[in-house]
Amino acid sequence: MRHLVVLAATLMLGATASAGEVRAPASFLSPDLRALQDDPSRHPGWLWVDGGEALWREAPRSGRPSCEGCHGPIDGMRGVAARYPAVASDGALLNLEARIERCRTDNQQAPAFGYESEALLSLTAAIALRSRGLPVAVETEGAAAQHLAAGKRFYETRQGQLNLSCGQCHDENVGRRLRGDVISSGVGTGFPAYRLEWNTLGSLHRRLRACSLGVRATQLPYGAYDYVALELYLAARARGLPVESPGIRR
Amino acid sequence: MRQALAALLLALAAAPAAAQVAPFVVTGDAVSAPLDGLAGDAGRGARIVRNRETANCLICHTIPDPRETFMGEVGPPLAGVALRLTPGQMRLRLIDPTRINREAVMPAYHRIADLLRVDPRWQGRPVLTAQEIEDVVAYLATLRE
Repeated sequence: MRHLVVLAATLMLGATASAGEVRAPASFLSPDLRALQDDPSRHPGWLWVDGGEALWREAPRSGRPSCEGCHGPIDGMRGVAARYPAVASDGALLNLEARIERCRTDNQQAPAFGYESEALLSLTAAIALRSRGLPVAVETEGAAAQHLAAGKRFYETRQGQLNLSCGQCHDENVGRRLRGDVISSGVGTGFPAYRLEWNTLGSLHRRLRACSLGVRATQLPYGAYDYVALELYLAARARGLPVESPGIRR
Repeated sequence: MRQALAALLLALAAAPAAAQVAPFVVTGDAVSAPLDGLAGDAGRGARIVRNRETANCLICHTIPDPRETFMGEVGPPLAGVALRLTPGQMRLRLIDPTRINREAVMPAYHRIADLLRVDPRWQGRPVLTAQEIEDVVAYLATLRE
């Protein structure tokens, strides 16, 4: 009898351990979609990558230098996206989109592109591509710690009319079917991603807004602090997994 | 005049948010009395269970119907649920499963209190009305194998 109890406890521990495992989003894709994600000649996201690379070289009308004018060729951005979101010198937590916008308004003295604009999506995708395959390596300590804690709180809080936390699906039910879809580990390593449901490239915050709507919770505005903090927590969960941006998502 | 009065009465009836949730008494792990004393209709319940816009039960559960494809597997299969649970037990699990298990993944289908950041379009409204809860209970009670 005691053996049975020990066996049951061991089995439960085993289940907990596998539930806690964070899997790369690509591992949830069908072989066809994974092949598409890996093939720049067929991946529709490359339309945005090409546009972003052109924007990188283009000087703004303000007369200030282009991105390339200060940073050099875009290939020098290798590894940058893997470190975002990150805390800026003034203490603000910035994701890659916000970092680009800040550079554009402060340094280039040009009007912000606007969240989810084609231009910002393109530049973000072109820069993120330079981290493709590199392990996510966000800073979680020091000034980032309080933001990470805020993101974790948001992730673990039940919300919306359907009263669900992120973790109830993306930790406890990973790999199970929700209608025709398999529940993933819920990390954002492929964003901006070309999502088939959207028929276009979109940011992680667009995806998070869809999650909020799914549990019938208030959709936060693009760039809202809670979403950026959540983005940091998701990146911390994904630490060590390869950046997949621009990804293909269902 | 009579029509205007009827419309006014209807508006008043719909106004208070609390009135959208029927009172109920929990005995053990069940709510034995039908909500608002309403009779459920199994045919309507079968449609509610399949409706992807409202209850969306099949996003997580399977039902024994070969015509249904792409059903979920987060919750237990509903085949034979009537052999495992009484209507009263089903009723409480639909109203608010966290009354039985605080960590339950299943949403509370007839509760408006203590929910966080609810989309304004759904604020003060339960997912299912008292009548819809009774209809779903009536349908589930037919799943005897």
